[in-house]
Amino acid sequence: MSKNEISGGEAIVRALENEGVEYLFGISGGSVIPIFDAIVTTKTKIKMVLTRHEQGATHMADGYARATGKPGVVLVTSGPGATNALTGMMTAHMDSVPMVVMTGQSIRPMLGKDAFQEADIFGMAMPVVKHSYLVRETNDIPRIFHEAFHISASGRPGPVLIDIPKDVSAGVCSQDARADMDLPGYKPQVPPDHEAIMQMAEALSKSRRPVLLVGHGALISGAAAQVRAFAEKMNAPVMTTFLGKGAFPETHALSLGWPGMHGTAYANKALCECDLVMSIGCRFDDRILGRQDLFCQKAVKLHVDIDPAEIGKMIQPDVHCVGDAREVIEELTKHVGRLNTEEWVEHLANYKKNFPLKYRKTGGLKMQHVIDELYRMTQGRAVVVTDVGQHQMWAGQFYRTDYPDNWISSGGAGTMGFGVPAAVGAQFGRPNDLVVCISGDGGFQMMNQELTTAVIHKLPIKFFVMNNHYLGMVRQWQELFYEDRKSGVDLEGNPDFVKMAEAYGMKGFNLKRPGDVKRILKKALDYNEGPCLVNAEVEKTDNVFPMVPAGKPLEDMLIARPRHKLDKPTGST
Amino acid sequence: MNQMMANGTQTHTLSALVANKPGVLARIAQVFARRGFNIDSLVVSPTRDGNFSRMTMTALGDPSGLDQIIKQVNKLVDVIHCSDLTDQNIVVKELMLIKMRIEAELRTEVLQVAEHFGARSVDLTDESLTMMITGNSDKLDAYVELCKKYNIIELVRTGKVVMARGPKET
Ligand SMILES: Cc1ncc(C[n+]2csc(CCOP(=O)(O)OP(=O)(O)O)c2C)c(N)n1
Ligand SMILES: [Mg+2]
Repeated sequence: MSKNEISGGEAIVRALENEGVEYLFGISGGSVIPIFDAIVTTKTKIKMVLTRHEQGATHMADGYARATGKPGVVLVTSGPGATNALTGMMTAHMDSVPMVVMTGQSIRPMLGKDAFQEADIFGMAMPVVKHSYLVRETNDIPRIFHEAFHISASGRPGPVLIDIPKDVSAGVCSQDARADMDLPGYKPQVPPDHEAIMQMAEALSKSRRPVLLVGHGALISGAAAQVRAFAEKMNAPVMTTFLGKGAFPETHALSLGWPGMHGTAYANKALCECDLVMSIGCRFDDRILGRQDLFCQKAVKLHVDIDPAEIGKMIQPDVHCVGDAREVIEELTKHVGRLNTEEWVEHLANYKKNFPLKYRKTGGLKMQHVIDELYRMTQGRAVVVTDVGQHQMWAGQFYRTDYPDNWISSGGAGTMGFGVPAAVGAQFGRPNDLVVCISGDGGFQMMNQELTTAVIHKLPIKFFVMNNHYLGMVRQWQELFYEDRKSGVDLEGNPDFVKMAEAYGMKGFNLKRPGDVKRILKKALDYNEGPCLVNAEVEKTDNVFPMVPAGKPLEDMLIARPRHKLDKPTGST
Repeated sequence: MNQMMANGTQTHTLSALVANKPGVLARIAQVFARRGFNIDSLVVSPTRDGNFSRMTMTALGDPSGLDQIIKQVNKLVDVIHCSDLTDQNIVVKELMLIKMRIEAELRTEVLQVAEHFGARSVDLTDESLTMMITGNSDKLDAYVELCKKYNIIELVRTGKVVMARGPKET
């Protein structure tokens, strides 16, 4: 190498430094050794977090990204290392999370020849990434990395894959290699259309029963303050979607919580009765719509989204505005006044009073009780990370979210195993905040190996295993729609999770009786020497309500378990 | 030119300007395949500026489904723009080669038919005759229809290429 040259690996580390990367999450392997070596030789300040599974690395990067708004970065080897990362890319893609995934690859002359650990990850990942690269020249590294980070974080964020043949990372890169972006086809954001904004203001001014449906897009755009000012100025009720939790305080008098399959009764009722629904960065997911063709049939529909492909995808709006939520709402707020909504707000307040989220306080230990108490004892200030299943829905219901970026859950993909690693990533990103992880006994066991990562780095995460000894959410569907024929849901043979925690070198607590909830939670919250785990032995066969059976209109919401037999659901899972 | 089917589906002609990079065709094809659309014809060629390619595709489907596909294609980082040109003011052309086994005594007749369509012979042997014809797709269809009474050995069509009429870029 001449003076004017550096290795490909060094060029990669430099590119990452230029993007302000703090952490890499990943696992080494033959095809990425040159990059791992450069981490040492460059003496970079970027910290490499060695995970125990590549999927764990991707969810860690995801948790980090959701907690900080910055792209999470993953580095894994070729072949199985790369395919293990696919689930995490898909999960991030579904929820618009910025992420850059570097995979090693066979050397260029071997591409397409079934070389050892060669996998066409570029081809495989295509439908689950925002964009992808196969680096063909070492001199392309500075440009490709610069582009990848830009694409990942701008507009509607998403994962970007960079597949790097080993002879590229081991090759030489000229110091003069340019990092200028060359993306003529990439238009992540357009300025909002003034005409559309005026039409929206007009529609709002006529509405007597409006609701704002605020999604993850509002959080990504950093629009929480703008949404609040907008809603308060109009006196309009607000529902934040399951992923939008935190974009508007759930304890606010105008908040209706979240709508949809397991959302609040009052949010769903509001959607059934409103005369106007305005989506701000919400993509009208099928879990919110119920039956698509019957959704808000009589209401005027407004849609603000940064992604033009979302306009009319599920719901045809009367007025839409493509643009960044914060910009649009800021501008729109100037053109609206207080609406005539007194009656409507009061009507909904009655619904809130009469159909509250609730659970039975008698009988065995309930997840709802644990979560409710956790909410109170942490004053609602924790960063809450969940896994997927019943506990996730109850966490969404009973841990109300008042602050942006404090709610981290796999919504679009519903990826079991997400919780543990995502909590680790979130704690890396937010070292001074309390991070709690709420998992089910099923999903916990899909990624529990990442407890090691939490222990090694002494991350003070509180891990909760809501142990109902079932794949509870599936069992619930079998009970309600398949005459309680349990099939493939019994988790008999679960390990002793407290012993497991101890084996990892963590503190573990058992929680069995409702009367112990406060005491055990206090112990866990006070615990100060790294991570700890609470195994909550909860009622085995409780069900999550309200529930809108998949494919049914919101009007058919069940507030509690019905006596009559239910049809098998027709909507998507 | 654009056949309307009974159920409202219609043959659409889409044009895309894309970055000339590996994988771009696969990305676009995936957008179609995932939504159950078949690409009926496809022409890809570099533009005047070699950094870009022009793709012309025809696909059969209902307009709302295609509308979503066009939006998804436009979202791809390597796509500069993609639009539906079906009802636009465009020139549409296609080229076809058709090879027939023709006995010597029929040759004149075949060439007369060809002349009528503006087709030309591009290869001639004792046993075969290959004609080339360009034009819009209906004209090519009609020509194939007439050739069917001869012995067609094979035929190949390029698929449509289109260009906006007048000074405006496609
Ligand atoms: C990777 C993956 N596999 C399967 C599923 C389907 N699934 C959804 S919820 C669920 C049950 C989750 O069980 P558990 O983690 O114990 O949580 P619980 O519902 O009991 O609270 C399953 C199997 C999924 N979402 N993700
Ligand atoms: Mg369970």
